Amino acid sequence: MTYLAKRLLTFPLILLGVSVLVFLSIRLIPGDAITAMLGTEAGMLTPDQRASLAAYFGIDKPIWSQYLSWLGGLFQGDLGISKIYAKPVMTVILERFPLTLELALLSMVIALTIGVPLGVLAATRNGRPSDLGVRLLAMIGQSTPSFVLGVLIIFVLSVYFGFVPAMGTFTPLFQDPLANLGQLIFPAITLGFAFAASVTRISRSAMLDVLSEDYVRTARAKGVSTMSVVWHHALPNALIPVVTLSGVEFGYLLGGAVIVEQIFALPGLGRLVLDAIGQRDYALVQGTVLFIAFNFLVVNLLVDLAYAVLDPRIRLGGR
Amino acid sequence: MTPLLSVRDLRVGFGSDPVANEVVRGVSFDLAAGQTLGIVGESGSGKSVTALSINRLVDFGGGRITSGSIMLQRADGTALDVTGANEHALRHVRGRDVGMIFQEPMTSLNPVHTIGAQIEEALRINRGLRGQAARNGALAMLDRVRIPDAKSRMGYYPHQLSGGMRQRVMIAMALASSPRLLIADEPTTALDVTVQAQIMALLAELRDETGMAMIFITHDIGLVAGIADRIMVMQSGLVVEQGDTATVLDTPQHDYTRHLLSAVPHFTAGRATRTDSPRTEDSDPVITVDDLVVRFSIGRGLFGSKGAVHAVDGVDFDLMPGETLGIVGESGSGKSTTARAVLDLNARKRGQITVRSSRSRRPIQMVFQDPFASLNPRLNVEALLAEPAIANGQHKDEALRERMKFLLNRVGLPEDALTRYPHQFSGGQRQRLCIARALMLNPEVVVLDEAVSALDVSVQAKVLDLLIDLQREFGLAYLFISHDMAVVERIAHRIAVMFAGQIVEIGAAQAVLSDPQHSYTKRLISAVPAVERRNQHFAIDTTQVPSLLRPVGYEPPKAQWRQAGPDHHVRLEAVS
Repeated sequence: MTYLAKRLLTFPLILLGVSVLVFLSIRLIPGDAITAMLGTEAGMLTPDQRASLAAYFGIDKPIWSQYLSWLGGLFQGDLGISKIYAKPVMTVILERFPLTLELALLSMVIALTIGVPLGVLAATRNGRPSDLGVRLLAMIGQSTPSFVLGVLIIFVLSVYFGFVPAMGTFTPLFQDPLANLGQLIFPAITLGFAFAASVTRISRSAMLDVLSEDYVRTARAKGVSTMSVVWHHALPNALIPVVTLSGVEFGYLLGGAVIVEQIFALPGLGRLVLDAIGQRDYALVQGTVLFIAFNFLVVNLLVDLAYAVLDPRIRLGGR
Repeated sequence: MTPLLSVRDLRVGFGSDPVANEVVRGVSFDLAAGQTLGIVGESGSGKSVTALSINRLVDFGGGRITSGSIMLQRADGTALDVTGANEHALRHVRGRDVGMIFQEPMTSLNPVHTIGAQIEEALRINRGLRGQAARNGALAMLDRVRIPDAKSRMGYYPHQLSGGMRQRVMIAMALASSPRLLIADEPTTALDVTVQAQIMALLAELRDETGMAMIFITHDIGLVAGIADRIMVMQSGLVVEQGDTATVLDTPQHDYTRHLLSAVPHFTAGRATRTDSPRTEDSDPVITVDDLVVRFSIGRGLFGSKGAVHAVDGVDFDLMPGETLGIVGESGSGKSTTARAVLDLNARKRGQITVRSSRSRRPIQMVFQDPFASLNPRLNVEALLAEPAIANGQHKDEALRERMKFLLNRVGLPEDALTRYPHQFSGGQRQRLCIARALMLNPEVVVLDEAVSALDVSVQAKVLDLLIDLQREFGLAYLFISHDMAVVERIAHRIAVMFAGQIVEIGAAQAVLSDPQHSYTKRLISAVPAVERRNQHFAIDTTQVPSLLRPVGYEPPKAQWRQAGPDHHVRLEAVS
């Protein structure tokens, strides 16, 4: 419990660090908000007009003062107003987040349900043809770019099945589950394929290590069946690296999947950040990145808690 | 009557061509029900592979039985040739007919399941017990292997138990299935000697209770003397001799058996100690250690320290030039911490270490336990030997190279070893390299921390002889740390016995070993196996080492000493 408390105490510090970095780096990119907004017409502005626009958006003050006023808003739960959408940043993020979360969860479910059994299978058949087959498949999965697979899926669906996933707008799960799944399952497969390949590889190598452990031999000496040796004795010991990898990948996916969102025309967090950066929507970039960083911290915490559930040596302390 | 187990011309090989890579090359023996067979041999002799072939666990380690037969009488009276059995039949052999316990109690239990669940599993698979019946059965097994407070220990995970306790759990698990044959593969090698005595006593008692047969595998011929009815000696995959325990030990026929019995250190309670003591009235010690204290504080955090582990608590000794002080004790007694503190490898809390040196700027050097881990695999021998000299400001010149060649020659390695890498040497040769490296700077004291413990028994004897020769030639003083009483007996002039961070008895080796005074020393010495102690029944003793964790600011009471002989001091024990 003290462990959890300690971890939670570090959250604000890390988020503060992230906020400083984002705040500075977005301002280091050449170009400014007014030029980005008005395009070529920005050249026709008089210096006075420019200054009053800057004052309107609050970007005329020194950077540290801009930062402090933004931070002050943050403490009151106010991430600022998005310039592009003319809405509070929090509202914009929360509109996009359900899609990203659902897509990430679906991809992870696909990756784990395919990757872990395949990895275990390959490990128990180490060196035999089925192992080689799994390894080949995993290699293909890891090296196929998502834009290739995504475009391929859309092509096959539309040309051979006459089905085009709904694009542009997002149908929430609770509104129409079928339409929602029809829209998300193919992007999730696209993301889950490479994810599953990584999970396969890591569970295979972890299982290979565990299967040569002394306690696996002990279980066999007891007369435990091969199935039970693999699933009951070995697998729980091999899951730690799988959880680590899944946590990192899931954390990335929560930050949005730019390419897949682009291909399937989905309004997720990835495209939101990209647009915000392109348009120099400072408040939106800062808010979204902070939100993504926060999600990452939560995922990491969940991963640590999962370790404790999986391994009594971590849960109870000891050598 | 047909024997329980009958092995004929067993051959086992490894790798893609098992016939060409045979590790067991034609082993035959019989084992009657209720009998105990001791298989003795050094690493690579094929003794473990032979045992693992009986329940065919060898298949999972990449081995294959290439020819021969293993006939096993099963409980229902039928005989099964294990070599040709399918996996389904073997599953019923494993556990039910043949139980097994292994060498490493630390890694042989599954870390993610409670010990109760692991024993219950054996009862469920092999005896068909379910639910409460399985739980009660597991509890009864833990009681039977004398685990104190068994009921609450059921929910413990392996990492919460000591090595000796884990080995008891292993035994409970193997016996839960009531096997008719128990294979014990070096079950006590990783344990302290007093714990070893407890486990041996337990095994002998359970064997007599259940009437099961046993195969006991070990490298220690003294240990089988205490438990086996018959002994089989193996070397390079062959049986060189087998017969009744008394016959093999008293009238060994084969040279290798004779070698194991004579050349290998055996404990003789002070009759084999050295007689060339360099200690005289007027010599000055090369090292004096006074009130050495090493503590590791734990739980350091926001709220301060929770206490400290008193690893070494008030240790005093001195070491004369040319003398060996053996420090003996069990794991956690503080002997290695003492050695490391002498070299300043550990920060000490207090204490004075005075070194009087006349010939070297670096008068103390060290040789570690594991010759595989203490040589950098990426450096060749020349670089390894030059390293201490270069670290000390010398240059790699002709003189240095001459010294390397001289020392290699002295430790019994060829000169051309200079260009080779550590992996090209055997364990014994590597330890010789480590010794040569320690001597590069012409030290006066060498600290040997379990320096021969990782070596095979017959290699051990040769390295010990080498150490004694070098000591005489270069006038070296040794601080020799070991848990092995037989080894210490051969090399030490004086012995210090450590227990729970303190020296409890110190004095001339002969006096301490033949006439131990402190209760711990007595317990330690009576636990050491010896060839003479045949079928001796150890009393089961469950004394636990006291916790070394003390609250902040705790100071132990001042030690009181009693003189038991001219050079023999005993710490007075607290009356409790």
